[in-house]
Formats: sequence, C-alpha cells, structure tokens
Amino acid sequence: MSEITGAQSLVTSLEAAGAKNVFGIPGGAILPAYDPLMDSTKVRHILVRHEQGAGHAAQGYAAATGEVGVCMATSGPGATNLVTPIADAHMDSVPMVAVTGQVGASMIGTDAFQEADIRGITMPITKHNFLVTDPDEIPTKIAEAFHLARTGRPGPVLVDIAKSALQSMTTFRWPTELGLPGYRPVTKPHAKQMREAARMIGDARRPVLYVGGGVIRARASRELRVLAELTGMPVVTTLMARGAFPDSHPQHLGMPGMHGTVAAVAALQKSDLIISLGARFDDRVTGNLDAFAPHAQVIHADIDPAEIGKNRHADVPIVGDAREVISDLVVALQAAAENGQTGDYEQWVGFLAGIKRKYALGWEQPPAGLLSPQSVIQRLGQISGPETVFTSGVGQHQMWAAQFIGYENPNTWINSGGLGTMGFSVPAAMGAKVGRPDATVWSIDGDGCFQMTNQELATCAIENIPIKVAIINNENLGMVRQWQTLFYGERYSNTDLQKHGGPVRIPDFPKLAEAYGCVGLSCDRPEDVDSTIEKAMEINDVPVVVDFRVHKDAMVWPMVAAGASNDDIKYARDLAPEFDEDAI
Amino acid sequence: MTKHTLSVLVEDKPGVLARIAGLFSRRGFNIDSLAVGPTEHPEISRMTIVVNVESLPLEQVTKQLNKLVEVIKIVELDPEHSVTRELVLLKVGATAETRGQVLDTVQLFRAKVIDVGTDAVTVQITGNAGKIADFLRVLEPFGIREIVQSGMVGISRGSRSISERSLKPVAVPAPPAAHVG
Repeated sequence: MSEITGAQSLVTSLEAAGAKNVFGIPGGAILPAYDPLMDSTKVRHILVRHEQGAGHAAQGYAAATGEVGVCMATSGPGATNLVTPIADAHMDSVPMVAVTGQVGASMIGTDAFQEADIRGITMPITKHNFLVTDPDEIPTKIAEAFHLARTGRPGPVLVDIAKSALQSMTTFRWPTELGLPGYRPVTKPHAKQMREAARMIGDARRPVLYVGGGVIRARASRELRVLAELTGMPVVTTLMARGAFPDSHPQHLGMPGMHGTVAAVAALQKSDLIISLGARFDDRVTGNLDAFAPHAQVIHADIDPAEIGKNRHADVPIVGDAREVISDLVVALQAAAENGQTGDYEQWVGFLAGIKRKYALGWEQPPAGLLSPQSVIQRLGQISGPETVFTSGVGQHQMWAAQFIGYENPNTWINSGGLGTMGFSVPAAMGAKVGRPDATVWSIDGDGCFQMTNQELATCAIENIPIKVAIINNENLGMVRQWQTLFYGERYSNTDLQKHGGPVRIPDFPKLAEAYGCVGLSCDRPEDVDSTIEKAMEINDVPVVVDFRVHKDAMVWPMVAAGASNDDIKYARDLAPEFDEDAI
Repeated sequence: MTKHTLSVLVEDKPGVLARIAGLFSRRGFNIDSLAVGPTEHPEISRMTIVVNVESLPLEQVTKQLNKLVEVIKIVELDPEHSVTRELVLLKVGATAETRGQVLDTVQLFRAKVIDVGTDAVTVQITGNAGKIADFLRVLEPFGIREIVQSGMVGISRGSRSISERSLKPVAVPAPPAAHVG
C-alpha cells in the first residue's frame, strides 16, 4: 500500500464516509488538510466567513437532507467558534461531524499558539469526540464519527486532529469494523410494550399524538400519517417537528407549548393518554411540569432511553427508532382492531375541533399603514408554497414562522429549537440550499439575529448559493421586548437596535445586501408585501435580502408565561380561553 | 438520599475519567467515592462509583452514563450480594505509653503496621466503610496525624464476571442513499 500523508488520508476518509460538502475555514493547524482537499473531486469545500457560519451551515445541510453535515476549522479560535453550532446540534439532535486541526502532538498541553483543548471544551456538547495524534487512526476515527453522528439519536461528533498527524506519512485503510463496544443503540421496540401501548390507546378516551423532532430525524412522517388516520387521534407537532404531519390535515391541532395553539395545548393538558413520539417533554412544551397534563397516562417512545422518564413519568416506556416504533404500533393496533378493540374518541375530537375553531391563531391588526410581521410571514408561506425550505433565527419571527406558515413536508422547517441560537437562520439557509439546490430556501430572520451572522451572505454570493432572506425588521430585540412589555413594566432596557430621530437606519439592510453582492429589497407598506415577495421569488441567480419594516409592538400569542401552568394559557393579552369541560 | 454503588466498565482511553466526572457535575449528581483501575481485559478499566441519590435520579445517572460511548456496561452492586473494600493508610501517635494499646487495636481490626517512627506508627487497613469508620473512632484518642483513603472498590459474590460478553465490534454501515425531501 502506498504511503500518503495523514492529510490525504483525512480527505480520502471524508470521501469514503460519503461527505459531499464541507463548510469551513483554513488556518495553521488544519492547513495540511486543505492542500489535498483542493484536489478532491468528491468533496466540495465551501469557504465561509466565520466558523460559526460553517457549523450552522452543516446543521442546515443535515436538517434539510437527513445526511451528515460536515464543518472544518483550525485549532484554537477556529475550533472555539464552532462551539455554538456544536451545542446547537447537540440540543436538536442534528447529525454533524466537525473536523478541527490541533497543534502538533508534541506541543499539546504547552499553551502553544492557537492551542485550545477543544476535545475537553466540547465534551458536554458532543455525542462523542476524538483527539487523533496517530495518523494511522484517521480513517477509523472518521468512520466512527460518521457512524455515531447518524445512528441512534443523531448528534454532533468532533474529530480533533493534531497537525503532526496530518503531516506524517501513513497508509489509508478504511475500517470494516468499528471498535465501539459501548455503543449499541436500540432501534427495534419491544413487542410486549407495543401490545401494551395498543391496549392503552384502545382504552383511552382522550388520547393525543405528541410528535417531536425524532419523527423527522427518523424519516417517519409517512408512517405517522398512517398511524394517525388509522386511529383518528388528534396530533400536535412540536417546534422541532413542524412538517412531520401536514398542517392542512384535519387531525392536526398545530404546535403545543409556550406559544402553541390553544387547541394543541388543550389537547395535551386535558388528555388521558399522551403518546409521545420522539419528543422530550421540554419545559417550553410542558410549562410548569407539576401541572402538566394532570390526568394523562404517558406512552413515551424515544431512541434515547435517557429521555424516557427524565421529565415526566412514562407508564409505557418504549425504546426504539420512531419509524420502527410507529410501524410496529400500527401493526399492534390493527391486530387489536381485528379483535374488535378500537378506541372511541368522537367526543374528544369534537371538543378539540371546537377549540381549534374558536381559538384559531390570529393577530391584532397593526395601526393603519404599518406592516404586520405575522401577515408578512403568512404571505411568504402562501406565495412560496409547501415545497419551500424555511429556516429561522430565534425570537418572535421564529414563533410566527412556526405558527403562520403551513408546513406540509418534513425537513422544510429548520430552526434552533433547544439551544435557541440567534444568528442560526442565514448560515442554516446556506447549508440547506447547498443540500437542496433545487428547492427555494427562505431564511426568515429578525433584525437582531441577522446582524449576528449576515457575513455569510458573502459566501452565498460568491459560492452561488442563492438563498432568500426575509428580515422581519422591528428595530428591536423583539421577543425580549415582548417580555419587557409583559413582565418588566414596559421598561425597555437595551432592546432598541436603532438610533431614532434621524433618517438613517443603521445598518441599511438593502444597501448591506448590495454590498455583499446580493439583491436588496425593502417593503414597509402592507399593499407592497405580495409584489415584493413575488419579486424576490423571481430572482434565482443571486441571494436576495428583503427588509420588511414591520411594526414593533406586535406580540406573539398565544402564550403560557415561563413557569406557569399550561392551564393559564392566554390567547391574547389578559384573555384566557374558556373550555366547556362538560363537552369532553 | 441513599447510597448506591455502581460498577462501570469503560474503555481504557484518555479522557474517559473526565467524561464521567463532567457528566456527574453537569447533571448535578453527587459522587461520594470513585475508584478506577485495570481489569482482566487490558483494554477495559473498571470504575466503582458510589453515588448519593434517590432511586429515580439514579435511573437518570445510569442512563446518562450509558450514553457515553466509552461506557461499556453498568451494574449496580447489591450490598447483600457483593463485597466492598476501601484501603486506608494512616499515621497515628504511638508513644512509649500508648504504643501497646495502638498495636492491640491494629491487631484487633486485622490492620497492619507498615512503618514505625519514634512517636508514631503508619498503619494500613482494608475493609468496608463501617469497619474503617470504627477503626478510626478507636484510634482517634491517640492522635491521628494523617489519613489517605482510597475510593471504594466492590465485586459481586459468586462465580460470574460482569465483563463477560462486553466487547463486540460494530460493522461499518454504508452511507445512506441521498434523502429525497
């Protein structure tokens, strides 16, 4: 076998692992790898402007395609700039491999130039990580990293490779077996648990399918629809699961949680049986945990055993891949149906349909002539259609995008759910567009979020990644401002992003877009919304940035205040829904 | 709160102790005692961890530990069916008047004198936590000058080994076909 450098071995390993796109920035310690990378015909490297952009792009790529996203950075600051996306991928179970350069093996631990213990730093926020100092280990560690990232509960894996290993001579040998004796994820659910689950579903009167992001990661949307239609059970989809079940489906009640629909919150809260599929009873869904769904038994299915019973006791724990769980559950329910055991949920479904009608999502109209952010987002969804991939940052625009866009397909809604990373949207859209070049990709962003990562517009313009960005510009850190309005006596401490009293907006977003080689548009009149969106839809050769100047007092409703019980949901300020309990 | 003793088989790789210690601290679990050492398999280390938690968080502790890729197996040692030992080395005052009493105590507890100074002896004792606590209490009046104590190690009674069937390689799966959204 011919001798090659560790760097060549790394590039060959990435090719063997199936990596087609790598987002990154070179630097001293990773420099040896960039030389053979230049010659790879299988791996396209996309030079980003900030390593955080590389990480979020890898996430967006992974979320849009279901494949492992790859990012690369040098040692020290390059690696630490990846920390936020790695933590984000860990919270949202995104399959991602981060490759970082490290100082030479003999320099490790000496506080060398650009040295950071990135393996130590990322231990709590990776599924696993490696430090490679022996060039012979590079293929095995890359193979293990991809295997760990994509199997079981997906997540980020970091491979830190010493510069000396990249420069040394080695031979490339792709492993046939992986030495991971402690890693055996269970994907096939236990048959006995499935029968018990089917029995409980048959006996329940007020069941609800509580669908989480695991259903999307497991590509189980089709199976979910079969399960839902077989039983007639109502469905709620969490922020991470938007698109797992069509929003247009009559059984769909929308998103539960802090800013969920009244019907979805009520469906969980009043249910007698929660069937949780790839969801994790996050505090943003449960509200005050002690008051959450007090009469419900819980069937909790997850690929990660540690999620089961973590926050809420599970009456029937099921460990398994969501697609296998749902398929097996359908079989168990069909068997039960043949024995005449089917649930009767008519009254329950009717009750929830009434709530869905009575407390449909809506918004207060803005003062005349001002743009309503909700209507802009709703029109974006309607005009660009259900095949569009949407990404978002974090805050009000994220919640409105989750609420007012109708999602019909999985992997079309990509956001930072668990970590809540402002600045996620633009680089994630870039990654999604690289993974799905034929899809329209809209980044919905806030003006606060946009200013954290908009440098990647340069990458998009130069690398021909024509994303579309809708800045929902309310000149404020909108969600924080909303909390200041509601909980801090309208004292707006440090949430105003503009200098008022002059004609100049800082920055001028359309001009900024043009400076980056993108088309910049703006819209501040309700009557121009549709034509502006249509104009943006027509530009497909360069990135487009639209500055939608919306009114700043719009708020996200419904809302369950942090730590409050879901029973205390308000569908507008100081307005609590009334439930006719006798109707259940 | 109750004490639980976990026997944890881990891959003998750099950083594995840091992973486990980090997991305990970030999840808010308390470690009472921790002992690490090699096993009959050169590539596997064994940790004995004593945690002080209720049974429900204990389930979270073991599940979170199991998620660590380098953790191979976790067994809770049932106190009824296991043997646990700690090792203590200590220096205790022993003058001409008290030396006889100290040595009697050492013998009574089946401890061992391992070094002798002019006015003190160094003693080694092994035993379970209860025996060691009693020993220290009895020696207290003579003046204990220094103590060093190991973490607890434990093993189940009977002939079965917990490390059986614990090393199995994973086949490399082919990369998945492109996903069609």
